[in-house]
Amino acid sequence: MSTAEHADPNRRDFLYIATGAAGAVGAALVAWPFIDQMNPDASVRALASIELDIAPIAEGQSITIKWRGNPVFVRHRTQKEIDEAKAVPVTDLPDPVARNANVKEGDPATDVNRVVDGKEKLLVMMGVCTHLGCVPLGQQGDYGGWFCPCHGSHYDTAGRIRKGPAPQNLPVPIYAYISDTKIRIG
Amino acid sequence: MGGHSTYQPKSAAEKWLHERLPIVELVKSSALDFPTPKNLNYWWTFGGILALMLVVQIITGIVLVMHYTPHVDMAFNSVEHIMRDVNYGWLIRYMHANGASMFFIAVYIHIFRGMYYGSYKAPREVLWIIGVLIYLVMMATAFMGYVLPWGQMSFWGAKVITNLFSAIPFFGEPITTWLWGGYAVDNPTLNRFFSLHYLLPFVLAGLVGLHIWALHVPGNNNPTGVSVKSGQDTVPFHPYYTMKDSFAIVVFLILFGVFLFFAPNYLGHAINYEPANPLSTPAHIVPEWYYLPFYAILRAIPDKLGGVIAMFGSIAILFVLPWLDTSKVRSGNYRPLFKGFFWIFVAVCIGLGYLGSKPPEGWYVIFSQILTFYYFAHFLVILPLLGLLETPKPLPSSISDDVLAKKKPALPQGQAVPAE
Repeated sequence: MSTAEHADPNRRDFLYIATGAAGAVGAALVAWPFIDQMNPDASVRALASIELDIAPIAEGQSITIKWRGNPVFVRHRTQKEIDEAKAVPVTDLPDPVARNANVKEGDPATDVNRVVDGKEKLLVMMGVCTHLGCVPLGQQGDYGGWFCPCHGSHYDTAGRIRKGPAPQNLPVPIYAYISDTKIRIG
Repeated sequence: MGGHSTYQPKSAAEKWLHERLPIVELVKSSALDFPTPKNLNYWWTFGGILALMLVVQIITGIVLVMHYTPHVDMAFNSVEHIMRDVNYGWLIRYMHANGASMFFIAVYIHIFRGMYYGSYKAPREVLWIIGVLIYLVMMATAFMGYVLPWGQMSFWGAKVITNLFSAIPFFGEPITTWLWGGYAVDNPTLNRFFSLHYLLPFVLAGLVGLHIWALHVPGNNNPTGVSVKSGQDTVPFHPYYTMKDSFAIVVFLILFGVFLFFAPNYLGHAINYEPANPLSTPAHIVPEWYYLPFYAILRAIPDKLGGVIAMFGSIAILFVLPWLDTSKVRSGNYRPLFKGFFWIFVAVCIGLGYLGSKPPEGWYVIFSQILTFYYFAHFLVILPLLGLLETPKPLPSSISDDVLAKKKPALPQGQAVPAE
C-alpha cells in the first residue's frame, strides 16, 4: 500500500473501519442470546411468590421455608430479643442500611425498619449469609441472633450484621400480611 | 518444532503422505529426536506425568458420563448407581476422583520445580504464562467436577465459590444470578457445570499443545539453568527421556494405586456422601485440599471484597513472576540466598494449606494473616530485592562441563571405568 501518497484518511480507510464496525456490531448481536440464555429462565422466574400461615409459630420459635431456591427465616421474636435490637444505636452497626425491600432504599437499619407495618414480633428475612451464601444458624453467636458457621459472621436479633466478614444485614424480601395470620412472600 | 529431524521417507507410501502432510516428520522431530539437555533430573518428569493424568481424567470422565445423570433429583443417586451397580463403576469413579488429586500433586511439584530452577525466566515467559493458564483452567474444571455428585459439600462448595463473584461492586448480584441461572444454586447451575466440566478438559488439552509448542521453541531449561550451547549438551528425547519419564510414571502410578485401592476416600470429605440440602449448611465446610492455601488467604482478610481480591491476586501474581524476579541467574542451585527463601516459600504454602483446613477463629486467623502477608512479600519484595543484593555462585561454562565436573572425583582420568 502506498500510504505515503494518501496521508489523509481516504475512501479505503473509511470502508475498512465501516466493515469492521458492522462486523463488531453483528458479533455482539449474535453473542447476546448465548450470554442471556444463562440468566434465570421463565420457569425459574415463575416461582416468585408463596403464602405462609404464621399462626402455628409460637413466640420464641422459628421456621425455615424455601423461596426461590433459598431458605427464608421466619421468626416469632421474644420481647427480650426485640428490646435488645432496639437498644442498639444505628451508628454502631457495620451496615446502617435497613436492607428491607418493603421500605425506602437507604432507610436506616432500626428494628422497626427490619419488618413491615411495624409488626416487630415477626421477623422475615433471607437465610443466606451476605458473605458467601451459607445458611446461618439461629439463636447463636455473640449477639443472640444468627451465626454463620462458614466464615464466622455474627448477626443480631434483628438479623443485622455485627461482627465478621459479611458486608450487609440479612436482606428482608418483599412480603405482606394477607390477613393477621397469613403472609405472602414475593 | 521442526528442524531436529533427519527424517527421510523411505517407502513410496511414506513419501506420498509426507508430501501431503509431513506429520511423521513432526512427531519424529518433536517427540523422538528432540534435543534435550542431558542433565535433567527427576523433577523434570512431572510434565510427562501431567500429560498422562490429563488422559486418565478424560478417559475415566467420558466413561462416567455414560452412567451419570445431571439433575438435582437424580445426580446423587446416579453416582451411587455408578458405585454399586455399574460394572467396575467403583474403580472408574475412584480413579477419576483420586486422579484429580494426583493431577494436582503433580502440577504443584511441576510449578515449584519451575520456580526453583527459574524456568519462567527469559526466553520462557510465554511458556510459563500458558502454564499458569493451564493451572487456572484445571482449578475451574476440578471445582465444577466436584459439584456434580450433588452431595452436601458439592452444593455448599458451589454456593460459596460462586458467591465470590457477588463481591464485585455494582455487578456482583447480576453476575452471580447469571452464573447460577436462578436465585440460588439449583438445577440450571448443575446442568451448566456439567456441560463446562466436559468442555474444559479439551480446552486443557489445547493449552497443553501450546505449552509444548512454547517449550520446544527455546527447549528445556535444566538444573544448571545454563542454556544449551552445543550438541554436547543434549541427548535425543527418545530413548533417554521416554525411558526416564516412563520410570517416573510407574513410580507415580504406585502412589496413585495406594490411594485408589487402599484409601480412596482419604482425600475427600465424608459429608459429601450426604445428599445436597439447600436449607442446611454443614458445620464445617472446606474445599478440596488443592484449594486450601487460597481458601486460607480468602479468609485471612476480614473484608469480603478484600478477601476475594487477595485470593485471586495470589494466583494472578504468578503471571508476572518472570518480571518480579530480577536475578539473571536461573537455577536456584547457584543462588545461595534464594535457595533458602524458596524453601521458606514452599513451607508457607503448605502452612496456608493447613490453616485453610481449620476453622476461621482465634490463632488460625492470625497465622493465616501472617502467612498471607509473607506469600505476597515473597513475590513483591523478596524476589525483586534478592536479584539486586545476592551474589550468585559462579556458573558452569556449559551443561556438559557441569556434568563432567561432577563425574571427575569418581573417575580420575586414565583410570579404567569399573564395569557396572
